[in-house]
Amino acid sequence: MEPCEFPHIEEQLGPILGRHGGDATRLLQILREVQDCFHFIPPEAVSCLASHLNLSRAEVEGVAGFYSFLSLTPRGEYRVLFSDNITDNMLGKAELMQYFCNKLWVEPGKVSEDNLVSVDSTSCTGMCDQGPAALVNGWPLTSLDNNRLDLVAELIRIRKPVAEWPEMLFEVRDNIRRPGMLLGEAFEPGAGIRATLARGAEATLKEVDASNLRGRGGAGFKTASKWSFCHAAIAEEEGSMICDVGGHPERFIVCNADEGEPGTFKDRVLLSSHADLVFEGMTVGARVVGARKGFLYLRGEYRYLLKPLEAVLERRRAAGLLGENILGEAGFVFDIEIHLGAGAYICGEESALIESLEGKRGRPRNRPPFPVTRGYLGRPTVVDNVETFACAARIAEKGGAWFAAMGTAQSTGTKILSISGDCARPGIYEYPFGVTVEEILRDCGTEDAHAVQVSGPSGTLVSWQEFGRRIAFEDLPTAGAFMVFHRQREMFAAAHNFAHFFAHESCGFCTPCRVGTQLQKRIMDKIAGGHGTPADLEELKQLGHILGTMSHCGLGHTAANPVLDTLKKFPGTFERKLKALSFEPAFDLDGALATARSITGRDDEWAHLL
Amino acid sequence: MSKTITIDGNEIPFAEGQTIMDAAMAAKIYIPHLCHNPEFKPHGSCKLCTVRANGRAVSACTMPAGEGMVIENKTGELDDERRAIVQMLFVEGNHLCPTCEKSGNCQLQAVAYCLDMMSPHYNHFYPPREVDASHPDVFLDRNRCILCELCVRASRDVDGKNVFGLSGRGIGSRLVVNSASGRLGDSTFAVTDRAAQVCPTGAILIKRQGFSVPIGSRIYDHKPICQVETEGKSGGEHE
Ligand SMILES: Cc1cc2nc3c(=O)[nH]c(=O)nc-3n(C[C@H](O)[C@H](O)[C@H](O)COP(=O)(O)O)c2cc1C
Ligand code: SF4
Ligand code: SF4
Ligand code: FES
Ligand code: FES
Repeated sequence: MEPCEFPHIEEQLGPILGRHGGDATRLLQILREVQDCFHFIPPEAVSCLASHLNLSRAEVEGVAGFYSFLSLTPRGEYRVLFSDNITDNMLGKAELMQYFCNKLWVEPGKVSEDNLVSVDSTSCTGMCDQGPAALVNGWPLTSLDNNRLDLVAELIRIRKPVAEWPEMLFEVRDNIRRPGMLLGEAFEPGAGIRATLARGAEATLKEVDASNLRGRGGAGFKTASKWSFCHAAIAEEEGSMICDVGGHPERFIVCNADEGEPGTFKDRVLLSSHADLVFEGMTVGARVVGARKGFLYLRGEYRYLLKPLEAVLERRRAAGLLGENILGEAGFVFDIEIHLGAGAYICGEESALIESLEGKRGRPRNRPPFPVTRGYLGRPTVVDNVETFACAARIAEKGGAWFAAMGTAQSTGTKILSISGDCARPGIYEYPFGVTVEEILRDCGTEDAHAVQVSGPSGTLVSWQEFGRRIAFEDLPTAGAFMVFHRQREMFAAAHNFAHFFAHESCGFCTPCRVGTQLQKRIMDKIAGGHGTPADLEELKQLGHILGTMSHCGLGHTAANPVLDTLKKFPGTFERKLKALSFEPAFDLDGALATARSITGRDDEWAHLL
Repeated sequence: MSKTITIDGNEIPFAEGQTIMDAAMAAKIYIPHLCHNPEFKPHGSCKLCTVRANGRAVSACTMPAGEGMVIENKTGELDDERRAIVQMLFVEGNHLCPTCEKSGNCQLQAVAYCLDMMSPHYNHFYPPREVDASHPDVFLDRNRCILCELCVRASRDVDGKNVFGLSGRGIGSRLVVNSASGRLGDSTFAVTDRAAQVCPTGAILIKRQGFSVPIGSRIYDHKPICQVETEGKSGGEHE
C-alpha cells in the first residue's frame, strides 16, 4: 500500500456527505465541494465517496475526471483560470496571463512549487462584455488589466481568503443596452401563475401554442409541442406507472442555464436581474405538463449567482409561488432545486445535462428515446432554455396573440442578444425577431465591422457582404451570441481559437468528434505556425464533412462550422498563412527538440534544427 | 404481417424493438461495427455502423428499425467515411500490428482490411498510455484500447463486478480500473470473467496463451470479417 496522505478522509468528508444525504445523483455537487476543500479530488476521497454512495471507484473517478473544474491531481490553493474566448484574446488575454504568471513565478498549466497557485486557461466564462475575465477558485474576475492583476497577485501572496478580497474585483455588470418586453417591462411575481390557474393548464398550453414560441437555446423546437409530448408521456417500470408522491405520473421540468456557447451571456443577465420571470416560467410549465419538481442547471462559471438565486427561491416559497398548494390551489405542488455544473460545454446538450443532473459524466445519450419521454431518472422531462421560460411566463400572463404580434411569422417574440467584440457598447440587446445584422451593428457602435460570429462558434460566421441578413429562425437562427470583428482582425485567429475550444470540449464518447476535433486543432496549429499547405485546407474540408455527418451529437456536428465558414467567406486569411508547397510534414523536427532545450537550458544556434 | 426495412435494396423483416443492426444481423447482412456486440446493451460510440436511413446518417446499432425505412449501407461514400473513422482509431492509439498478439484475431485490424484501408492517412498522435501487467492472468495494454466500453458493459452487466470504467474527457478519455491503486491486479477481475473475452482489439490479452493459434490460422487470416460475421461466427475473441 502507498502511504495514505489523507488518513482522516472519512471525518473530513462526513459533513459534505451528510449535507447531500448520501445520494449518488448529488455526486457532482459533492465533488465540487471536495475540490473546494482540498484543491483536488484526493484518491482517498474517491474511495470514500464510492463506498458511501454505493458506486464503484471507477465511476467516481470517471465523473471527477470529466469536468474541467475538478482535478484528480493537486491544483494551487488559488486556482486562476483565464477565460480563453476569442473576445478575451482580442482584449489582450494572452499577454495578461503571461504577465500574471511572471509576477507569481508560475508556468501556465503548472502548480507553483509552494502549491500556492496554479494558472491556466478555461473556455469562455460568459463575461465577454467586460473581459478580459478570469475565475479565481470559481469566482469571476472581470475587466482585468495589469493593475487589477497586481492586486490579485498580492492578495494571493499574502494568502488572503478569496471571500475577503475587495468586492470591486468581482463586480459583474448587466450592461442592458436595449431592453424589450422581457428585460424592460415590469413583471409582478405570480402574475403568470395566477393567469394560468384562472384559465387552466390546457388553455395555457393553447396560449403557448398560439404564441408560436420556439426554444431560445439554439435548436428552435416549438415549446408547446415539447410540453404536450411530455404531458402525454408516462414512464413505466415493469409494466406499472412510475408515480410521484401525489400519485401522479412523475415528470420533471429542467431549466438549461449551462450557457456554455462562447460569446453568450444573456442567461446570466436574465438570472441576475429577472430570475422571477424564469422561475415563474418553470412553474407555469410544471402546471402544464404536471411536474412537481424542477431543476435549474447552472453552469459552474456562474456559481456566484447561486446564493442570490436561492434567495429568490426562498422569497417565492414565502410568497406561496413555490412549494405546496401554490397560490392556494390545492394539489399544485412544485419546487425548484439548483444544480451546479463544473466546466463542461457538452452539459448544455439536453441529454448530457440530464446525465450530469444524475451525477454522472456529461455524455449525450442515444436518441430515441428523447428526454420528453425518458429524461431525468428515465421520467418524462422538459428541458428548456432560461430565456424560453422567461418568454413562457410573459405568454402565460399576457396571452399567445400578444406575443405572436412581435417578430416575424416563423419567429415570434423577441430575442436577447449578447454582443461583444469590436464595438463601442458591448452588452445585452433585446430585439423583435427579424432585425438585420446591420441595424444591430449600428446600435452597438461599430465603425468598420468586417464579420460577425452569430450564435457562437457552433453558429454562423456572417461576412460584411451579408449584413442585410436577419436574426430569425428562417434566416440566422441564434442562441444569442453576437461577436463583432473589425477589418484589422485576422479571421484565421478566430477560427483557430474555436478549433481549440471544440477539441477541449469534446466529451470523447464518439470517434469522429473525439479524434476529429483533435485533428482539426492540430492542422490549424500547423497552419498558424506557418507550416500549412493547400493540402491541409482540403484535409480540413474532409474532416468537416466527417464531423458534420458522423458525430453523435450537436457538438461534433457543428465543430467544423467556424473553420468551414472562414474557409468559404475569408479564404485569404488562410492563404496568407500557407507555404507555397503542396505538402509539408506535420512533424516539426525543431519543435521536437524543445524539451531537450529546456532541460539543458540551451537556446543557441546549434540547439536548433532549421 | 411482419414489418420490413430495406437495406441496399433488400427487403428484410424486423420485429418491434429491434435496431437496424439487429435486423441486419438476423438477415446476415454485414454492417461494419466495433463497439457493438449483440450480447450487450447497444452503445453507439464508435460510429462505424453509420448508415443512411431515409437519407439521414444514423448509428445502426442504436437506431430502432422503423416500418418501411430505406437504408443505405454498402455505398462508396459510407465506406469512405467509415475508413476515416478506422484511421482515426488507429492514429489516436498506438497500434503496432506486426508485434501484437491479437493480430489476425483483431476486429479493428480486420475491419481496416475489409474497408481497404491502405494507410493511417492522418498523423499519428503517439499518446503515452499505460500498460498494466499487474494481474496474474491478464494484460491490459491501453495503447490498443479504442474506448468501446465492451469490457465496461460486460463486467457491469454480466459479471456484476464493475471492474472497468472511463475517466477523462475528449481525447484524454481513458480506461480506468476499479481498485484503489488503479491496477488490474488489485481489482476483483478474474480471467474467467466475461469481460476478459470481449475486447475487440489487443487491449485485454490473456497471459500464457500467446500464439497458441499461429499467425496464419487465425479468424480473419483467411476470411474477411464481413464474411466471418455473416456466417454466424462471433469473431475476434479468444477461443
Ligand atoms: C453542445 C451543445 C451545447 C448546448 N448548450 C446549450 C446551452 O448552454 N443552453 C441551452 O439552453 N441549450 C443548449 N443546447 C441546446 C439543448 O440541447 C436544448 O436543445 C435546449 O436546451 C432546449 O431548450 P429550448 O427548446 O428552450 O431551446 C446545446 C446543445 C448542444 C448540442
Ligand atoms: S489491437 Fe488490433 S489494430 Fe491494434 S495493434 Fe493489435 S492487431 Fe493491430
Ligand atoms: S479495453 Fe478493449 S473492450 Fe475495453 S474499452 Fe478498451 S478496446 Fe474496448
Ligand atoms: S458526442 Fe461527445 S465526443 Fe462525440
Ligand atoms: S457499432 Fe454502432 S456505433 Fe459502434
